[in-house]
Amino acid sequence: MNVPGNLKYTNDHEWALIEGPEAVIGITDYAQGQLGDVVYVELPQIGSRVNKGESLGTIEAVKTVADVFAPLSGEVIAVNDALKNAAELLNKAPYTDGWVARLKISHPAEAEQLLSPDDYSKLVG
Amino acid sequence: MHYIPNTRGVEQELLRSIGVERFEDLLANIPDQFLKRCRIDLPAPLSEPELTRLMHDLARKNAQAVDYVSFLGGGAYDHFIPAVVDFLLARSEFYTAYTPYQPEVSQGTLQSIYEYQSLICHLMDLEVANASLYDGATALAEAAIMTASITRKNKFLVSPLINPQMLAVLETYLKTRRMTFSYLAEKNGLTDFGQLAEQIDEHTAGVLVQSPNFLGLIEDLSGVADSVHARQALLIMAVDPIALALLKTPGEWGADIAVAEGQPLGLHQSCGGPYLGVFATKRQFVRSMPGRIVGQTSDLDGRRGFVLVLQTREQHIRREKATSNICTNQGLMALAATIYLALMGKNGLRHAAELCLQNSHYLAEQIAKLPGYALPYGAVPYFKEFVVTTPRPAGEIIQAARTAGFLAGIDLGRYRPTWQDHLLIATTEKRTQREMHDFVKFLAKF
Repeated sequence: MNVPGNLKYTNDHEWALIEGPEAVIGITDYAQGQLGDVVYVELPQIGSRVNKGESLGTIEAVKTVADVFAPLSGEVIAVNDALKNAAELLNKAPYTDGWVARLKISHPAEAEQLLSPDDYSKLVG
Repeated sequence: MHYIPNTRGVEQELLRSIGVERFEDLLANIPDQFLKRCRIDLPAPLSEPELTRLMHDLARKNAQAVDYVSFLGGGAYDHFIPAVVDFLLARSEFYTAYTPYQPEVSQGTLQSIYEYQSLICHLMDLEVANASLYDGATALAEAAIMTASITRKNKFLVSPLINPQMLAVLETYLKTRRMTFSYLAEKNGLTDFGQLAEQIDEHTAGVLVQSPNFLGLIEDLSGVADSVHARQALLIMAVDPIALALLKTPGEWGADIAVAEGQPLGLHQSCGGPYLGVFATKRQFVRSMPGRIVGQTSDLDGRRGFVLVLQTREQHIRREKATSNICTNQGLMALAATIYLALMGKNGLRHAAELCLQNSHYLAEQIAKLPGYALPYGAVPYFKEFVVTTPRPAGEIIQAARTAGFLAGIDLGRYRPTWQDHLLIATTEKRTQREMHDFVKFLAKF
């Protein structure tokens, strides 16, 4: 299972790359494997605000649909437009080209509650 | 489902084998106050000949449209239904099939739905249509809910001249979802869009309008779509599918969602249903559209096949976040519309629409010549339905007309006090000059 060491994780299989006051959000390799072929991603609106645990968007696979829950509270400052025409990026490169949204973090302390790569490896191991 | 009668002996055996003495023991968990202990007073059983007689007598109490010359409209119309429509509908392959839950083995059903969707897209001038909803009223309500979910706003501006029954259903749907609506202004029988720019605010999700409207009048939507879109709201249009053969389509007006009551497309009026909810939208909104959608694909050998597509919008996958709780369609009624449209073709539908238009204008002119009658909206373009003011209460005329063999129309006073003595009259392509002549002669007596 691919669990990069530079990321933080949630129990719902999202990852967060914290870059100072901002965070990039995506779903884990494990999550994309469970969903199967992703056919559509519904992205949040830029400027919208989410609380930790709220839905940032939805991922539609062939046989199921899943929410992307925000690992942190914040304001959406960018979304991965490439997913609109190439949803399969979520399957091919969940940690890089398949990122979902970039947040401006509003409560930095929330990052403490996220799982470390080791904890997450145990969860999906 | 079979009705399985048990003899007393069989019943005893069943009870014994599950370890209870009496049937009533099975009801032990139901509080006593909810149990009705008296004998239900039902008539005694009938023999087959007695039952046949009873059903015949009951059926005879029904008034049938075919026994009258009908000028009734207001949402359900006496259009001609070619015999082939009912003949094909009654084929058991179609008649006995429910909405396909194992869709891919129901290629015939899926193909007919795909053709239905394609015909509706042509008719509406929009890119995608669903497999149909229950009726025109629920289609309008679903369109509003879809609009709220696309725009993430919850207020609607509604034309007060939409069919009041459709408005009542809309209200029921919206009030349980914390959505509200207010009415646009009206002027001389038409929706007044003059104040539209001021009435739309940042919470307005959409604007709803019907054309021809409840009074049969054709709305002018020039510039409406632009004003609506300028405020990031959507335009929802309810239409008469037959009228689309002559009038500007929802696509041409720039509507985002179009709905219609599909009854005019080869469906019997019955007692108000089953009808057909026609629903179409722009491609960009397809993922927010309620209802089932059939798509065309090819199998491993490259042969054409049909599948249910975009099912992840639907309730059985998305649960409470589904676009709608509808996960069925009016399959048989959609099939009727498909057969009707395929049979009529572009030219046939246009011809029927022209006859509707000519008949309504001929009849309106004849009635207007009678003393005591007038056309309150005479200067406004109308399609197959029009309003006349009557010298006697409209209800009285309708009552007398029934005895004379006419269904005269709708007493609009039932809907608004200001519409007292207003009679709404519809003419389909079925009305002959002779019928209309006789009706005018009848009206002249008041």
